[in-house]
Amino acid sequence: MTLSIAELGQFSLALALCVALVQSIVPLWGAQRGDGAMMAMARPGAVALFLLVAIAFGCLTYSFVVSDFSVSVVAQNSHSDKPMLYKVAGVWGNHEGSLLLWITALTFFGLAVALTGRNLPPQLRARALSVQAMITFGFLLFILLTSNPFIRLNPPPMDGKGLNPLLQDPGLAFHPPMLYLGYVGFSMAFSFAVAALIEGRVDAAWARWVRPWTLTAWVFLTLGIALGSWWAYYELGWGGWWYWDPVENASFMPWLAGTALLHSAIVVEKRDSLKSWTILLSILTFAMSLLGTFLVRSGVLTSVHAFATDPTRGMFVLLLLAVSVGGALILYAFRAPSLQGGGLFTPISREGGLLLNNLLMTTAMATVLLGTLYPLIADALVLGKVSVGAPFFNAVFVPLMVPLIVVMGIGPMLAWKRGDLRGALSRLWVALAATAVTMAGSWLYVGGTVDDLLAAFGFGLAAWLLVATLVEWAERIRLFRAPAGESLRRAANLPRAAWGMTLAHAGMALVVAGVTASSAYKGELVQSQKIGETVRIAGYDVTLTAATTVPGPNYEAQRGVFEVRKDGALIAVLTPEKRLYRSPPMPTTEAAIHTNGLSDLYTVIGDPDPALPGAYVTRLYHEPLVPLLWYGALLMAAGGLVSLTDRRHRVGAPVRKRAGAAAAAAAKA
Amino acid sequence: MSRAATRKKRRLYMVVAGLLLLGTATALVLTAFQDNLVFFYSPTDVQAKKVGEDRRFRLGGLVKEGSVIKAGSEVRFTVTDMNADLPVSYAGILPDLFREGQGVVAEGKLDRSGVFVAKEVLAKHDENYMPPEVADALKKSGQWTGAQTEAASHKAPKN
Repeated sequence: MTLSIAELGQFSLALALCVALVQSIVPLWGAQRGDGAMMAMARPGAVALFLLVAIAFGCLTYSFVVSDFSVSVVAQNSHSDKPMLYKVAGVWGNHEGSLLLWITALTFFGLAVALTGRNLPPQLRARALSVQAMITFGFLLFILLTSNPFIRLNPPPMDGKGLNPLLQDPGLAFHPPMLYLGYVGFSMAFSFAVAALIEGRVDAAWARWVRPWTLTAWVFLTLGIALGSWWAYYELGWGGWWYWDPVENASFMPWLAGTALLHSAIVVEKRDSLKSWTILLSILTFAMSLLGTFLVRSGVLTSVHAFATDPTRGMFVLLLLAVSVGGALILYAFRAPSLQGGGLFTPISREGGLLLNNLLMTTAMATVLLGTLYPLIADALVLGKVSVGAPFFNAVFVPLMVPLIVVMGIGPMLAWKRGDLRGALSRLWVALAATAVTMAGSWLYVGGTVDDLLAAFGFGLAAWLLVATLVEWAERIRLFRAPAGESLRRAANLPRAAWGMTLAHAGMALVVAGVTASSAYKGELVQSQKIGETVRIAGYDVTLTAATTVPGPNYEAQRGVFEVRKDGALIAVLTPEKRLYRSPPMPTTEAAIHTNGLSDLYTVIGDPDPALPGAYVTRLYHEPLVPLLWYGALLMAAGGLVSLTDRRHRVGAPVRKRAGAAAAAAAKA
Repeated sequence: MSRAATRKKRRLYMVVAGLLLLGTATALVLTAFQDNLVFFYSPTDVQAKKVGEDRRFRLGGLVKEGSVIKAGSEVRFTVTDMNADLPVSYAGILPDLFREGQGVVAEGKLDRSGVFVAKEVLAKHDENYMPPEVADALKKSGQWTGAQTEAASHKAPKN
C-alpha cells in the first residue's frame, strides 16, 4: 500500500470525467453562439484532460513497476520475478489497462490538436475538441463503471499470477500501443468530420487540417498490424502471418477504410470534390475502429487470438458505437446534401483513379465485415452455427485487390480532371514489359505447370506496381531525360508527399510479392526426428543434434539444436525452444528462424515422441519471400511519415478562401 | 455540354461503377459462401444430424480426460459434450494450450469409420478462454456448470 497511488489514479480519472463533460458542452456551445471566451476553453480543457488521464496511466504503470499486488489487475497480470519490460507491458496486457491506454491515446490526440492547431479557425477547433471530449467522456464512463483498473484486493496476495507468457515478448509489448494509436487516431478525423458537419462546410483547408491526423493514425495502424502479424509469425510456432481471424480482421477493417480516407481526402484538398463521401468515410473509419474494439473486447466471435473476455463490457462498447456513430450518421443525413461538390472530372482522371481506389477499398472492407460478422448473423437468424474462414476471405478479397493494384500503377500517371489513358499506358511501357517478363520468368522458374500460373500472375502484379511506381517517380525527376544534376535537383525539390506515395506504393508491391510467394510456395515438414537425424527441406539439410533442458528467468525450456547445412556447408545453428512458464504455468513454443533476407527457414521443436525413444516431434517450414512483408509494411509506414513532413503541413496557415464561407457559417448559427 | 448535365453524367458514371462493383462483390461473396461456409457441430449434433463424409465442419467440445494417445506426429483423442463422444485423429503438433478436460475446436471431416479427421486444431492464447460455441454446446447438452472455465483457471473472483 504505497502512498495510495492507486487512489490518486482513480481520483484523477473521476476528475477527468468531469472535465470531459464540461469540455464536450462549453466549447461547442461557444462555437454556436460565437462566444470567443467559451471557445477558447477548448485548448486548456484538452490539456487538462490529457494531464489527468496521463496521471492515471502513470499511477497504474507505477503500481505495475513496484508490483503493488493490492491492486487487483496487477495481482492478476503481473509477477514479481518478471523482467521489467514485461512489468511495464503488463499495464496494457489486460482489459482494464488496455482501455486506459485507449483513453490516454484519445486525450493525447486532443492535446496534439490543441497545441499544434494554431492556424485552425477557432470554431472548428472548439467543435472538434468538444466532439473528441464526448468520445473521451463515453470511454471514461466505460472504464469507471465496468473496468476500473484501480480496484484494490484485501488482503493483497503474496505474489501476482503473472502475465500470459505469449505476451512476454518484445514484439507484443509494443504491438498494442501502436495499434491503439492507430485506432484512436482516426477519432480525430471523426471529430473533425462531425465538427465540419455541425459547421456545414467542408473545403480544401479542412482536408488539409485533417490530413496529418489521418496520416498519423494510418502510420501507427500499419505498424501495429505489421507488428502483430510478425509476432504471430514467430511466436505462435505455426509459421503463419495472417489467419483471417476475427481479431485480425478487426484491425484490418479500419486500415482499409482509413486507406480509402487518406486517398479521398486528397481529392477534397486538391480538387474540392468528393466532400460528402470523405466525411462519410471519416465516420466509417472510426466506426470500424470502435467495432474492432468491440469484437476484441466482447469475445462474441471465436478467435485464436481471444483472451478471456467479458460480454457485459462488449455491450458497453456496442452502446458507445451506436451512440457516437449513429449520432454522426444522423447529423450526416441532415447536413450532407448541403456539401456541394466542386471540381468536375471525367472517369479517366486522377480523381477517377482515386475514386476507384475508394470504391474497391470500401467494397473489400464490406466483404471482410460481412465475413467477420456472418457467424453472428447466422446465429441470430438461427441458421446454425457457422464459421467463415480463410478460404472465404481469399476467394473474395483477392479478386477485389487485383484491379486495385492495376489501377494503383496507372492512377498516379493520369492528370487531374481529364486524363489520357492511352498516353499513360504508353509512358508505362517499361512497367508493362517488366510485368510480362516477371510473369514468364517466375512461371518458368517455379516449374512452369498450370498450378503455377496463379502465382506467376501475382508476381507479375507486384512487378507492375513496383515498376509503374518507379516510372512515375522517374518522370517527376526527369531521370535519364535531363542531365543527372537536374534530376538530382528535381528529386531534392520533389514534394515530400510525392516521395511518400512512391515509398508507400513500392511497399505495397513488396507485400503483394510476399503474400503470393508465401501462400503458393510455403514448404512444411512435420516429423518425428531422432537426435542426429537429418531432414531435407527446400535445399537445406537440417540436423537435430541435441535436445537439452535449460532454465530461463521465469520458465524452463526444452531446447533443440538444429544444424542447418546447404550443399554441405554449415550456415546456421538454430535453437528453438518449448518453454514452460511458472506463473501462470503455461507452455509456449519459441520458433527459431534463419533468414537470408529473402526467405526464412523456420524450425520448431515439439514434445518427445513417446513411441520412439530419443526422438522429438519437429516442424520445419520454408517461408519464401515472407521478409518482404515486413519490408513492405515498413516502407508503407515510412511513406506515411515522409508525407507527414510535407511542406504544406509544416508551413503556412492554410487560409480559407471565399468570403461566402463566413456568410454560410453565419446562416447555420 | 452544360455544367449541370456534366454533373449528372458524372454522377451516372459513379453510380454505374458503384453498382457494377457491388454486383461483382455480391457474386463473389455468394459463391464463396457456398463453398466455404463451415458449420459448427457438437458431438451430439454429429450423431443427430448424420453428417456426411465429405462435409467439412468444425467440431467443438471438451477433450475427454484420459483419451489423448500420441504416436509420433499423430494424435488421437476424444471430444465430448458430456452427452456424446466423437473420436478424433490429427496429424501434426497440437497447440501449446491443448489439454485434457479443456475446450477445443477442430476443423476437418468424418472418415468412413466415423472418426473425425482433423485438418487443424485451433490454437488459443489464453487458457481461460472458452470458445463461445463450445460453451453453447455444453449449455445445450445440459452439462454447463461454468466450472469448466473455473476449474482450469487461476482467475481470482472479479471485483
